Amino acid sequence: MRRKDLLMTILGVILCLTAIAAGQTRRFPPPDFQSGYEMPTTETPPPDADFYEYIAVAVLAAALGVGTYFIFVKRSRKYAWALMIFSLAFFGFWRMGCVCPIGATQNMAVSMFDPGYAVPITVLIIFLLPLALSLFHGRVFCGTVCPLGAIQDVVLLKPLSVPFWLESSLRLLGYLYLGLALVLAITGAGFIICQYDPFVSFFRLSGNFGVLAIGGAFLIMGVFIGRPYCRFLCPYGILLRQLSRLSKWKVKISPDECVKCRLCEDSCPFGAIRKPTGEASSEELAARKKILAVLILLFPFIVLAGGFGGSQISGLLSRSHHDVRLADRIYLEESGQVEGTTDESEAFRGTGESIESLYELSAEIQAEFSRGSWILGGFIGLVIGGTLIKHTIRRNSDEYLADAGDCLACGRCFEYCPRERLRLSKLQEDKQVLYG
Amino acid sequence: MAEKDSKDTSRRSFLHDGLWGISMAALGSLAGFAFSRTAKEKTVWQIDPYKCTCCGKCTTECVLALSAVKCVHVYAMCGYCELCTGYFDPDPHELDTGAENQLCPTGAIIRTFIEDPYYSYAIDEDLCNGCGKCVKGCNAFGNGSLFLQIRHNLCVNCNKCAIAAACPSQAIKKVPADEPYILKQVG
Ligand code: SF4
Ligand code: SF4
Ligand code: SF4
Ligand code: SF4
Repeated sequence: MRRKDLLMTILGVILCLTAIAAGQTRRFPPPDFQSGYEMPTTETPPPDADFYEYIAVAVLAAALGVGTYFIFVKRSRKYAWALMIFSLAFFGFWRMGCVCPIGATQNMAVSMFDPGYAVPITVLIIFLLPLALSLFHGRVFCGTVCPLGAIQDVVLLKPLSVPFWLESSLRLLGYLYLGLALVLAITGAGFIICQYDPFVSFFRLSGNFGVLAIGGAFLIMGVFIGRPYCRFLCPYGILLRQLSRLSKWKVKISPDECVKCRLCEDSCPFGAIRKPTGEASSEELAARKKILAVLILLFPFIVLAGGFGGSQISGLLSRSHHDVRLADRIYLEESGQVEGTTDESEAFRGTGESIESLYELSAEIQAEFSRGSWILGGFIGLVIGGTLIKHTIRRNSDEYLADAGDCLACGRCFEYCPRERLRLSKLQEDKQVLYG
Repeated sequence: MAEKDSKDTSRRSFLHDGLWGISMAALGSLAGFAFSRTAKEKTVWQIDPYKCTCCGKCTTECVLALSAVKCVHVYAMCGYCELCTGYFDPDPHELDTGAENQLCPTGAIIRTFIEDPYYSYAIDEDLCNGCGKCVKGCNAFGNGSLFLQIRHNLCVNCNKCAIAAACPSQAIKKVPADEPYILKQVG
């Protein structure tokens, strides 16, 4: 008989006795120390003070202001690039990416629907500032401040051009991602924008393998395709794109007038430059009118079809919610269709909550999902219909223009324009006159 | 032709200004509405120790290389047992600090002799990876004075805690930043 066994037996006896006496906790009484030993208190290191959040907001506001100055007044890619690198360091590596305006979209959505969910004021400001600015100066945030954009921008070495039809189709992914993220956030299933943020694990220099791999793939792709996440996925970029279309001042390739020299034609790695269209023939206009009429007639059906399509994946989507998965699992266990338990089902049974109320909760959430997926599908239909109509309406232009929605305000195209060079050399001359 | 063009442009700019105004108003009301619901103080993530089932996900799911979740000790609850079931393997060879006797995979628990027959147990948080093996042991046969908490000197306060998303017991929630811990109570 070894000491260990003896100890275990004694322990067992004590355990049974104390467990009966004291319910669950406190099996062993606190000792009465004779040696003057003092019990240490539990350390509780506090989180960073709010102060740091306000600093981040202030830096964001300042960076947006400076960025606007660099792009609209200085018109300098060099300065804009320097600011972008600063933002990458500050918002990316120092702040480790959280909270960013992109992810804050989800917090905002939840707070709209759940009165119990409060968004900290700093998150609200971080979300709104770039959007408000885009109504005045377009996507300055994307070009100079966003760390996600910046990390893709620095790896862009050999930009290839993406055909327009492909670009337009891929862009639908962004709308889908935005819609999905909102549905999942509002139903409480999770924050997918944060969960699958491809670059935040680089900023933190850690993260699980899957997300690192996605991020790596984006960066490798980004060597050849300018900012793939920004153009085809970013949900916040979708909001910025729409608001920038309406912006008061737009990024202009030429500082004054376009001389149609074609020098800037291929300068934008993001496919944002539109060629002059010239005058349309009357046949073309007539044909377009016909297509437009058909599209407008079809529009409601496209939206409906989208909604119907969405409703078909409602069941699948609802499985992303913890409580729905749990209810399904418990159901399988109860009806004997599966053997054993999972961590989830065990934890649930440990709480002693009733299975019936879990089923009810799950049914409620599923109903929410079925509404949500109709709306999501309808939204996608709306976007598809809208895109088709937009491409059918012809907009005459007789100059090279940066498309206000697509332009990321990076400033690359400026120096290709001979009018810009003229402006710069004039500035230079003026300086020489001034300072001798 | 020129007249039609200018009519076109003015219609377009009218539409444009209208949409601009609507967007501005929409952003404004969004801001106002959200502002009425904003929290004055910051919130942080924390584990409810009474819900946690020590599944081990805290070790693997945290976005940090070494999890921000650590084992925390409320000493006032502890029995200072010689045979600590949070410290020792269920089948220890000896009741000493040999690695083969310990439950903790990283050897993060420091066992110190106080006086006969009491020993104190402290956590070296640089080593602890938040696996909760000791917590399970302490809950099963001890006083339950060990439990897991997110350490706010380490946590980067993700917008959505990656562990909260994966926690099978849904034990992680947002708490006000001025009361950032949920410590177990002597009871
Ligand atoms: S599109 Fe999105 S990711 Fe890209 S720069 Fe803009 S906000 Fe950032
Ligand atoms: S500033 Fe010029 S190069 Fe840069 S995104 Fe806009 S159009 Fe493209
Ligand atoms: S994931 Fe949840 S249940 Fe698992 S150890 Fe962490 S807090 Fe506890
Ligand atoms: S909030 Fe982020 S850093 Fe903190 S415990 Fe959760 S995953 Fe880890």
